[in-house]
Amino acid sequence: MYQWDFGILWSYRWLFLNGLGVTVGFTIVIVVCGLLFGLLGAFGSLSRFRTLRLGALAFIEVFRCTPILVQLIWFYYALPILAGVEMTPITASALALSLYGGSFYSEIIRGGIVSIDRGQSEAGAALGMTPSQTMRRIVLPQAIKRMIPALMNQSIIQFKNTSLVSVLAVPDLVYQSQVAAHDSYRPLETYTAVAVAYAAILIPLTIIVRRGEKRLAVSE
Amino acid sequence: MSETQKIEIRSLRKSFGSNEVLKNINLDVAKGGVVALIGPSGSGKSTLLRCINLLVVPDGGNVRVGDTRFAFGDGSKLPDVKTLAAFRATTGMVFQHFNLFPHMTTLQNVMEGPVTVRRMAKTNAETLARAQLAKVGLAEKADQYPATLSGGQKQRVAIARALAMEPDVMLFDEATSALDPELVGEVLNVIQQLASEGMTMVIVTHEIAFAREVANRLIFMRDGIVVEEGPARQVIDNPQEAATRAFLSHFHRTGALPPANAVP
Repeated sequence: MYQWDFGILWSYRWLFLNGLGVTVGFTIVIVVCGLLFGLLGAFGSLSRFRTLRLGALAFIEVFRCTPILVQLIWFYYALPILAGVEMTPITASALALSLYGGSFYSEIIRGGIVSIDRGQSEAGAALGMTPSQTMRRIVLPQAIKRMIPALMNQSIIQFKNTSLVSVLAVPDLVYQSQVAAHDSYRPLETYTAVAVAYAAILIPLTIIVRRGEKRLAVSE
Repeated sequence: MSETQKIEIRSLRKSFGSNEVLKNINLDVAKGGVVALIGPSGSGKSTLLRCINLLVVPDGGNVRVGDTRFAFGDGSKLPDVKTLAAFRATTGMVFQHFNLFPHMTTLQNVMEGPVTVRRMAKTNAETLARAQLAKVGLAEKADQYPATLSGGQKQRVAIARALAMEPDVMLFDEATSALDPELVGEVLNVIQQLASEGMTMVIVTHEIAFAREVANRLIFMRDGIVVEEGPARQVIDNPQEAATRAFLSHFHRTGALPPANAVP
């Protein structure tokens, strides 16, 4: 029978906290940048101009249809060789994760926009609004409500995907816990604690978002 | 052409793919005139209406509303989005399915055009919007969301929203077709009131008795052409074309308008 001993992890608390800080900070960066890429991808794929549409489609499919682990390694090892672009592990992984997330956000945002009844933009146009005014005032406010659950879901996945940056030696929570596990010879306790830490952050977040959704639905 | 015509449409053509929806249409609406467009579904009447405010861009022909004139077809450039938007701001449109903005209150719906398009100060826009809501009998619904209103109330808000832009002409696209029968009267009543105030209007409708009462001209369309047109009463009471007679035989053409006592 295995003897659990979580007490031993206490001596690594600063290591864990440090890693957790990197993980949370990293998530904020890749969610914000990912949403920006997502907006660009969505508006590109809805553009009147063929070139923009094709460009957006290429971006979305390349990043959506290849594994994120491969992208991380590619950005860090292949880009310097092929394009001469040197990046720190942090920049490379932030960029890869933002683009990867952005490709999924693009589809969520595009789907939200096209789900709004055509009559809404016709009513805006009939009042004399330009297409961009209609988008900003009429379509987006309604579409965002519908996008929130899917965007939240994708952001949760992004939060957990940050664990992959440990392969590029970015000192996130998983990387630091590897250090702790090797040092303490207690991998079971270490990784259990890590799993609990991820869940402890995500579960309250999902509850907050669920409440927000209900409040938004009231005006419908 | 005399400038007493508020709307003037010449040789209008429109196809969707290989389907020719409008074939060489001419239409005049006098200032203060009310024209009813009737015809079976697929006759092109809604498309014609949408060509008047260029929600649908014609393939060929000319469209003039007031002093603004557009030419379409070979050699003519499509108007840019700013020109189109400025033009549409001078025409009001009411849709079959209301198309109210569900994320805004009734008052915000009516204020939206003046604030966003005409850059009116919020306080002035609110005064204007409340006046328009009062005019359609819905002053007390200002702070409610559209989802809480009946179909007839929604459509009256939609009319108020269009009127808040102080348009030169009003276009009605089957404004009562999506309503329960007992709610039709309150909407027709508002339209009739607008007609009596001298608003220039084009009305696509299936309410033949209403068209007979309110419109001064009537146009019967089928398969993308104008089959018959003339003074509304004359065409309805004494249609000359066989196709018009066949179409009108499906309707009660005279008699009282649906009661408008639903208006609070």
